[in-house]
Amino acid sequence: MKVILDSGQIEQVLKDLAGRILSSENPAEMDIAVIGIRSRGEVLAQRLSGRLSQKLGKDVPCGTLDITLYRDDLNSPHGTAQPLVRTTEIGFDIDDKIIILVDDVLYTGRSARAAMDALIDLGRPKAIRLAVLVDRLGRDLPIQADYAGCKTDVEPGKLVQVNLVESDGKDEVVIE
Amino acid sequence: MALKRKSKQFKWHRKHLLGLRELSAEEITFILDTAKGFEQISTRSVKKAPPLRGKVVVNLFFEDSTRTRNSFALAASRLSADIIEFTKKTSSVSKGETLLDTARNLEAMGIDIVVIRHGAGGAPKLLGRNINACVINAGDGFCEHPTQGLLDVYTIRKIKGTLEGLKIAIVGDIAHSRVARSDMWAMTKLGAEVIFVGPPTLMPPQVDRLPVKVSYSLDEVIEKVDVINMLRIQFERLGGNPFPSIREYSHYFGLTVERMKRAKPDILVMHPGPINRGLEMESEVADGRNSVILEQVTNGLAVRMAVLFLVNQAAAQGD
Repeated sequence: MKVILDSGQIEQVLKDLAGRILSSENPAEMDIAVIGIRSRGEVLAQRLSGRLSQKLGKDVPCGTLDITLYRDDLNSPHGTAQPLVRTTEIGFDIDDKIIILVDDVLYTGRSARAAMDALIDLGRPKAIRLAVLVDRLGRDLPIQADYAGCKTDVEPGKLVQVNLVESDGKDEVVIE
Repeated sequence: MALKRKSKQFKWHRKHLLGLRELSAEEITFILDTAKGFEQISTRSVKKAPPLRGKVVVNLFFEDSTRTRNSFALAASRLSADIIEFTKKTSSVSKGETLLDTARNLEAMGIDIVVIRHGAGGAPKLLGRNINACVINAGDGFCEHPTQGLLDVYTIRKIKGTLEGLKIAIVGDIAHSRVARSDMWAMTKLGAEVIFVGPPTLMPPQVDRLPVKVSYSLDEVIEKVDVINMLRIQFERLGGNPFPSIREYSHYFGLTVERMKRAKPDILVMHPGPINRGLEMESEVADGRNSVILEQVTNGLAVRMAVLFLVNQAAAQGD
């Protein structure tokens, strides 16, 4: 097990992501909302929306997206774990908003694909941007992050595990 | 919001849903938890999600039904499946085809899930043993109606938080009710106490062997219960004269405004539909503030989506 980000570095990455989002998106049209992919993305989205709200001096809405029903391996005989369907909790209208879609790790791109399809069934955002804590090499689909924290190249078969205080008791990113 | 990481993940492995008697409390709870995630599909702008895309569901109904059949059809189409409607009257069954031949012929067309309602108890089990497709029981004889049982406990759990420790009366024609049986299994497994209430002539044989209490007087139980489920008098199934007159039945076993005054203020009033208004319950009660009859119908959709999803998952990943 190797730690690639500790808790201080995770906070620094989130601060940096928030800064880059604010400087890149057009502030005049800053109708922005943050949506996290269950389950680690949910926690990161809450932290990110907190930072954005503070900097913008207004409330940046935050929601949670469950992508289970949109996964592309549901009918695959190789699926191992039981897919757990959980709730999507987005208490605002996503139409015409810039949606910052948040996940912990971007790897194959399949979750991001599923998340975009799930979002578009909820409405028509003005734009969807992808923000991730860890950008791991090894894409299967033509998808890239707009805002990536740390980049890493890990051999296939290993797991990049993001632990967060809210869900796991402490903040760290490890390779297992 | 705190997240919990599951230490041991539960795995759903059943490709058929034949009844609730054979399910564990854990399996029932898993279906209910899964159903929660399907509720929002019905409230958003695109009321459809893709998990059953390319799958074919057959509604194989040998008995009349509007609610259950439509609910399954809508649930299947919200999950992007294609649906074939089969009715006894307009099919080759009226030419003498057997159940298994009908099912095998449908299967030869490449169907994936059969939703079956049949007058003979055990028909879904027979199908499940003989075809490869998933089988969901939508009511068999006087045996079970599992998705109704599930939507009933889902509705109660959603409002009361838990079934644990609740007292639930199921009132009326217990003998001819598969709903009463599926309810009984689901409710008792989740920790509720079930009381069957009705005249002795409408109690099933050997009711003393079931995990329920029995009462022949609604007045005796009305003050004690947290939930009351009023069954429909099934005139089409009643033989002989189980009660002297409709008026007498509703005098003793009807849920009237008068009786409701003695009930707990937060009692849930349920009915599986269709209601005989003025017989099992007065209209003021059916439409009153304690009634969750329409919530039952709404929740039924989410529960049926969850069941379709889970059996299909088991078929895709199992075997």
